[in-house]
Amino acid sequence: MTMNLNIEVNGKTIQAKSGETVLTALRRAAIQVPTLCYMEDLLPTGACRMCVVEVEGQRNLIPSCAYPVADGMKIKTHSPRVIRARKTVVELLLANHPDDCLYCVRNRNCELQKLAESLGVRERRYTGEKSEHKIDSSSPSIVRDPAKCILCGRCVRVCEEVQGVSAIDFTKRGSKTVVGPAFNEGLNVSSCINCGQCVMVCPTGALREQSYLKEVINALKDPNKYVVVQHAPAVSVTLAEEFGLKPGTDVCGTMTAALRSLGFKRVFDTSFTADLTIMEEASELVHRIKNGGKLPMFTSCSPGWVKFVEEFYPDMLEHVSSCKSPQQMMGAIIKSYFAQKEGIEPGKIFSVSIMPCTAKKFECQRPEMLDNGIPDVDAVLTTRELARILRMRGIELGALAPEGADTPFGERSTAGKLFGATGGVMEAALRTAHFMITGQEMDSMKIQALRGLGGTKISHVKVGPLELGVAVVSGLLNARKLLDDIRAGRKDIHFIEVMTCPGGCIAGGGQPLGTNLDAVRSRMQALYKIDREEPVRTSHTNKWIERLYKEFLGEPLGHKSHELLHTHYAKREAVI
Amino acid sequence: MVSMNDNIDAILSQHRDAKRDSLIPILQEVQESCGFLSREAVLKVAKHLGLPAGKVYGVATFYNQFRFQPQGKFHIQVCRGTACHVKGSAAVLESIKRTLNVEAGQTTRDGLFSLEVVACIGACGLAPVMCVNGEFHAQLSSDSAKDIINNYKKQEVKS
Ligand code: SF4
Ligand code: SF4
Ligand code: SF4
Ligand code: FES
Repeated sequence: MTMNLNIEVNGKTIQAKSGETVLTALRRAAIQVPTLCYMEDLLPTGACRMCVVEVEGQRNLIPSCAYPVADGMKIKTHSPRVIRARKTVVELLLANHPDDCLYCVRNRNCELQKLAESLGVRERRYTGEKSEHKIDSSSPSIVRDPAKCILCGRCVRVCEEVQGVSAIDFTKRGSKTVVGPAFNEGLNVSSCINCGQCVMVCPTGALREQSYLKEVINALKDPNKYVVVQHAPAVSVTLAEEFGLKPGTDVCGTMTAALRSLGFKRVFDTSFTADLTIMEEASELVHRIKNGGKLPMFTSCSPGWVKFVEEFYPDMLEHVSSCKSPQQMMGAIIKSYFAQKEGIEPGKIFSVSIMPCTAKKFECQRPEMLDNGIPDVDAVLTTRELARILRMRGIELGALAPEGADTPFGERSTAGKLFGATGGVMEAALRTAHFMITGQEMDSMKIQALRGLGGTKISHVKVGPLELGVAVVSGLLNARKLLDDIRAGRKDIHFIEVMTCPGGCIAGGGQPLGTNLDAVRSRMQALYKIDREEPVRTSHTNKWIERLYKEFLGEPLGHKSHELLHTHYAKREAVI
Repeated sequence: MVSMNDNIDAILSQHRDAKRDSLIPILQEVQESCGFLSREAVLKVAKHLGLPAGKVYGVATFYNQFRFQPQGKFHIQVCRGTACHVKGSAAVLESIKRTLNVEAGQTTRDGLFSLEVVACIGACGLAPVMCVNGEFHAQLSSDSAKDIINNYKKQEVKS
């Protein structure tokens, strides 16, 4: 639609489209109005009144996020009256808020704190009775601290409208209102799939990741532990932002150096086991196609998604690939192949992984992920936690010279690296499946239809004699829609990649906070650039993968693979 | 004996194609029949309506009329209507809460007392009032409310 309206803002005329909200028009004109409950791409609720502006001829201030523009409207966005109203909103929120900033994980990165600062709140004008709340740390992934909740509702909406989970909601009313799971129980028994998207949208410290920094720091100083680390494909293209660098800067080399200076004995690249996952998963797909196995097959590398199927679609579990995720595959071969090779007792190895994801913390604790009682992976840190420990130790990424990952798992292909973004697993898998089925490489490695940030991407790809229907979804509400179609009989799709977080791991629940879609797009471009510029672009041409099969695993889907790299999932009881 | 679950199933079967807007009436019927909304009941209603359990729990807890614990042997209703308020029902309620160590909507550990706050029982002339198993107690003060509850307790110990 065209810009067909003129509105006057603070004495200047700007253009607007009919049907859009005042806030949208203001933002396009780069006029800053603070918001709290507003969420891009979701319908406004107008609940918090942080975004109020003054409209000439209207008696009351109006919430700009929920109010449509009209031709000739005269708006004041920062009149004394508006500022007073916004300040009062913040002061009322603070009246029931702990004075905890110094100890808070969101200190200096908190929207409430920023608003209080920018509106010049310097004294406590309202003192109310503060509600008492217990911290819920029952979940392996997410900590809820309702005392810091300002009831903006963003987490509730993301959980329902983006993830299709609805593990949390508003309960009770008035001054007793709490956002939390059903029956006031712990998140661990709720339907929460641990994705952390609620953490990403929470303006305060009310939601945060369950941190395992202490465990990792303790392991690092324990002389009896051999501490190794792996880092996921999406971490090297986001960590930079924690240190003020431009989104999309790849710091793989300096991050590796930084991990070594933290004291990790070996630094492995999870993208390598992403290649391994492709070998197993593509073989599984080909096997299912040739032997009339269950189709469509779903990928299984995203642990939030796996829990989602266990809870909501247990009848579809047979469609989920039996492959463990790259994190768990790496963990498994570290404590078997690597331990053997180096003559280290597996029980002495403390295996850490740096992930863009909070659900990975849950995944590594699953009983399926233990081998003789020893977990494949001992502790998972998010990108944010890695940044925290680097700052704590005064390690400057920029001051380090880049280093390479450790062999024997050294080299990855670019296909493995693509796992970091939605569509990447599919592209990587198709490259290899094509080779497995036809004996030839694809003409063009890049499959344009599967790229970009779209939530549902469907395509039909020619693989030799076959035409494969493939789908890529991210954000589980999109997965839900596709699952329902398939349950209802949709037959033209054979292989489906699901990533829990919208956009994939580059926008995972463990990534830097307070970023936007543009940053996510730059991260994606960084991965595509790596794929464009490096020579080894398929998992099956990765020589190190070949060597791993030759020396240790045998063949894809072979006996050893089954024992170490595959698992199966079962129906899960949860409050849904 | 008819179990609580059978009751719930019977109610749900009368709302076969019910949608979300039937949520509150269904919850009311379940509470009417079972005396409270058990965890089981909330889960069943949620499943029946295709709603997340958290949503149903959220809606149910929004309204004061729903309770999530079975009623006690003595069910105390404290009136918080306007007339009672003016005559000091807030202090009465506080005193009862302290005596029993429960919040409104809860039941004491021993299952003896449950506490409910109601809008107006229609006994404004007697304000402030409370009603215990249908028996009215009028013109209460913090102290008299406490004494009355202690009397019920004693009565129970004797019997
Ligand atoms: S949530 Fe924000 S305002 Fe509240 S204690 Fe933490 S940093 Fe301070
Ligand atoms: S972690 Fe994900 S599933 Fe769990 S409450 Fe948050 S948004 Fe919902
Ligand atoms: S937990 Fe955070 S996102 Fe959710 S309502 Fe509270 S402040 Fe908002
Ligand atoms: S941001 Fe507009 S009302 Fe909350």
